[in-house]
Amino acid sequence: MTTTHMSTLHPVTEPSARAALSDRARPSSPTPLSASLAFAWRALLKIKHVPEQLVDVVGIPILFTLMFTYLFGGALSGSTGDYLQSLLPGTLVMTLVLVSVYTGVGLNTDITKGIFDRFRSLPIWRPAALVGALLGDAARNLLAAAIVIALGLAMGFRPDAGAVGVLLAVALLLVFSFSIAWIWTALALILRTPSAVSNVSLLFVFPLTFASNVFVDPETMPGWLRAFVEVNPISHLVTAERGLMHGTATAGQVGWVLLASAALVTLFAPLTVWLYRSRA
Amino acid sequence: MVKVFGDTRAVDGVDLTVPSGSVFGLLGPNGAGKTTTIRVLTTLMRPDRGTARVLGHDVQGEPDAVRSHISLTGQFGSVDEDLTGRENLVLLGLLLGHSRAAAKDRAGELLSAFELAQAADRLVKTYSGGMRRRLDIAASLVVTPDLLILDEPTTGLDPRSRNQVWAIVRALVARGTTVLLTTQYLDEADQLADRIAVMDRGRVIAEGTSAELKTSTGAGALRVRLRDPADRPQARLVLSRALGAEVHPGSDPGSLSARVSDPDAVSHALAELSRSDVAVTEFALGQPSLDEVFLALTGRAAEDQAAEEVAA
Repeated sequence: MTTTHMSTLHPVTEPSARAALSDRARPSSPTPLSASLAFAWRALLKIKHVPEQLVDVVGIPILFTLMFTYLFGGALSGSTGDYLQSLLPGTLVMTLVLVSVYTGVGLNTDITKGIFDRFRSLPIWRPAALVGALLGDAARNLLAAAIVIALGLAMGFRPDAGAVGVLLAVALLLVFSFSIAWIWTALALILRTPSAVSNVSLLFVFPLTFASNVFVDPETMPGWLRAFVEVNPISHLVTAERGLMHGTATAGQVGWVLLASAALVTLFAPLTVWLYRSRA
Repeated sequence: MVKVFGDTRAVDGVDLTVPSGSVFGLLGPNGAGKTTTIRVLTTLMRPDRGTARVLGHDVQGEPDAVRSHISLTGQFGSVDEDLTGRENLVLLGLLLGHSRAAAKDRAGELLSAFELAQAADRLVKTYSGGMRRRLDIAASLVVTPDLLILDEPTTGLDPRSRNQVWAIVRALVARGTTVLLTTQYLDEADQLADRIAVMDRGRVIAEGTSAELKTSTGAGALRVRLRDPADRPQARLVLSRALGAEVHPGSDPGSLSARVSDPDAVSHALAELSRSDVAVTEFALGQPSLDEVFLALTGRAAEDQAAEEVAA
């Protein structure tokens, strides 16, 4: 039992909390763009402070490119050098689609933290946190792409369209991985744990990337599989990437990828935002 | 200005009004519905029934208007552990609409005001609990809010850090900020809040000033310590006759305590003790603690309920 008259006055180290209050007028809320850029800055800071998260991003592309070139190259094309010319744009696509899964895994981890309650109680454009995270991840995707291309060049990859072709190919690929990442962010908001997000995402990624024209010519496949491969968006992306890098791309090939990207964003961005808003 | 609370699932018919410019305490054990109430008020959760207005704005109809008047310091630490203290504050400055330069200036001011300047460029995950909590409150003051909401601001803090947080809250209130805080600590509500609502199982079971709540339980607490523990049986007899109430031996062999309803009986009891030659070293009459208030209101100790309850 306590008696209130005995409770002593607490010795307090008074922080200058009075000075902490700002007399400045409240600024008006940021535009959707500046809010998104602030979140992108946060994503870049996280890469800077937690570089461990890049281990997968650096490791997967190196592993894939080496493994597929030297393991299958001789058998599939007669020489690893010839095979690399058509394989490298394919492994680049595969790497980036795989790396984009981390966007969802990261969001799933992030959103359970208290900081998201604070973000969601700010008067900002709601999707900014998601758009910003995706923009920040573009930096990570760019790094993965640079590693694959540098390794490819060292192994004998010679793009006929030169540097410009490669840069255009990377730009198109970044657009696509930004778009497909909205699927993973939607999953990140539905599923409970980061490993569930990763597992379910890979369940989509593996069939899509292997049942495509990344590794072999669809001509060699049974009819039913070839039918799938030919509508698989990954096949179209790989074709466009090969075209851009070797200077044979048509507007139709590139346009198809841009259209598919737009479709992904149109479908999954509103879904993700809706899930984000309604998350209790 | 009036803020009215509505209904939510975990909150079963809460109806409250918080006067502006004051500190309002929501007191209750884990699972009483405090955090849910806070989440509705901060637009993080929609009420299933009922309405809530914050500074005149409906939390469902005008969430952005509500968000532009409040700051939330959540229960589980609403700062980013993977960033430095400074980066956290600059990020919030940018998200509140400051330019990069203004956001940096403001971050610097807050870091020195909250004695975090030295740790400013360290990652928050290396901060102590008290430092983290100060940063968390600083993050809520990047732009001065009209209503500051603190969800269990001192849970898990050591006594020194707790005193610091209390000092910060007092200083903010002195400047006219309205504060709504939740706490499981009865003495915290007693120390800080002008008005207290006691929540239990999603309902407000009592509301008033700390003094009103104590008075409403209708009892004061008397505590006596005897010089010679051997006198205790005799003293117990004398006191219970003089007070007309049950007297309990304390854990200290020389102490006795009793709940009294009539303060006048106390001086009579003291005189009776002196007449019986019982030497007294300590004799105190106080209001009941909020712990006792909670017990009187719910019939259970606050701790018992906390144990049976899952997280809020």
